[in-house]
Amino acid sequence: MGAIYVLWLRELKRYARSRVQVVASLGQPLLYLIALGYGLSPVFRRGGEGNYLEFVAPGVIAMTVLFSSLFSGIQLIWDRQFGFLKETLVAPVPRLHIMIGRTCGAASTALIQGLLVAAVAVVAGFRPAAASGLPLAFAFLALIAVVFTAVGTTVGSTLRDMQGFQMVMNLLVMPIFFLSSALFPLDHLPGFLVVLTRIDPLTYGVDGLRGALIARGHFSAVLDLAVMGVLAVALTALGAWRFARIEV
Amino acid sequence: MIDVQNLTRKFGEFVAVHDISFQVERGEIFAFLGPNGAGKTTTIKILTTLLPPTSGQVRIDGLDPTREPTAVRQRIGIVFQDPSLDQNLSAWENLDLHGALYHVPRKVRRERMQRLLELFGLWERRDELVKQYSGGMMRRLEIARGLLHTPRILFLDEPTLGLDPQSRNQLWTHVKQLNQDEGVTVFLTTHYMDEADRVAGRIAVIDHGRIVSLGTSAELKAQTGSATLEEAFLALTGTAIREEVADASDQMRRAARAWRGR
Ligand SMILES: Nc1ncnc2c1ncn2[C@@H]1O[C@H](COP(=O)(O)OP(=O)(O)O)[C@@H](O)[C@H]1O
Ligand SMILES: [Mg+2]
Repeated sequence: MGAIYVLWLRELKRYARSRVQVVASLGQPLLYLIALGYGLSPVFRRGGEGNYLEFVAPGVIAMTVLFSSLFSGIQLIWDRQFGFLKETLVAPVPRLHIMIGRTCGAASTALIQGLLVAAVAVVAGFRPAAASGLPLAFAFLALIAVVFTAVGTTVGSTLRDMQGFQMVMNLLVMPIFFLSSALFPLDHLPGFLVVLTRIDPLTYGVDGLRGALIARGHFSAVLDLAVMGVLAVALTALGAWRFARIEV
Repeated sequence: MIDVQNLTRKFGEFVAVHDISFQVERGEIFAFLGPNGAGKTTTIKILTTLLPPTSGQVRIDGLDPTREPTAVRQRIGIVFQDPSLDQNLSAWENLDLHGALYHVPRKVRRERMQRLLELFGLWERRDELVKQYSGGMMRRLEIARGLLHTPRILFLDEPTLGLDPQSRNQLWTHVKQLNQDEGVTVFLTTHYMDEADRVAGRIAVIDHGRIVSLGTSAELKAQTGSATLEEAFLALTGTAIREEVADASDQMRRAARAWRGR
């Protein structure tokens, strides 16, 4: 247990020390909120769907967590290249604990990043419908973080070099984001998009988040929670299995 | 303490370690000497649970590293040949993390950390991030870290590479002391013959994955009719220079360093 804690703490320390990157990484979500939230709002309103900023803010917050947690896998490759991974793997600690500590750390930083963007969204004019939904919203953000950190760990344990990792991630991240419910409502979609959005895990994360924040979920919160919960467990198990097979 | 029988490790078709056997007794200081690419690091990785053998039998204090890795890891300490510090943590944090991973109680940990940092001349700069350190300081920190918990077997893979004579002297004095006072078994590799001569009880000369000779320094000299260990080593392994093959991760490391401008 001690190992999980110290490895978690390590990720947080490193995150806290990269303030410049943290601030810089808020730029893109801010742009999405302003350009999409305000730019598309008139059209969205004319379509009878209400305030687009309100609709898209949960999607942008989820996007931040998605990017941050997926790309956390690069830290694994980095640690392997620079040798620190060996130091942890030779310690008298089960590998599973090492993996869990790293995952918790990476997921926590992704979550913090999401909360920062949530704060930015509030500054930009976003207001959650009711404070009572916030704990559930937090739970959905945490689930998104765990699910995609596990994907990052799986890919990072499997590939050795950074270029390969970047390539796979770029292949994954854009479809996951754009083919989810982050940017558009799930009703009245053409058939193929109905299929694509429903096989995208992020759809359920964003939907749950939106339900909790502005009471506009498409599915029930229970379904969203169930899908994300099962995925979190299954993908973390997959990540642990890949991590156990790393040779340094 | 270490028992290796017919150990072989292949990477694809390439045989890095070829059917080697040797024993290291409890409390012994044992050295592996060999040119670059001889298979020293590969052997250490197998003994320290980081790599499974292709065939052969390994016992560390009676335990099989592939079957009981955690129990083996509880008994060993290692200073890696390659860097393995977290450069974005301070020296203090690196040591503290290590101590926590090895279950060294907090109070004992603090005391030993201070003693080792002082011993290796890093105490004043303990709170600086490791990436600000020079190569020699990083190396000293790696060594201090390897000595932080008291292992029963200490593996040192070319520990003195890039160290000044003062630090080298500190290291070997300290290692000999650990060996004498606490009975720590030491398994080391080095390119410096004088070091092996000075600290090691027995020496195995390894080349192209095979042990070509094993004995005390005096025995190796007698066997080859040489006056010094260096001559004996050259007589056993030839004078041809071995290519240092940079693998993918070395290249990546170099590229990353260049990219970060240091
Ligand atoms: N993971 C690996 N994949 C392929 N070849 C390897 C790997 N690790 C080591 N080797 C090769 O095995 C040989 C022995 O390497 P090593 O044990 O590091 O030698 P030494 O430590 O004696 O210099 C070298 O030729 C090296 O290139
Ligand atoms: Mg080596």
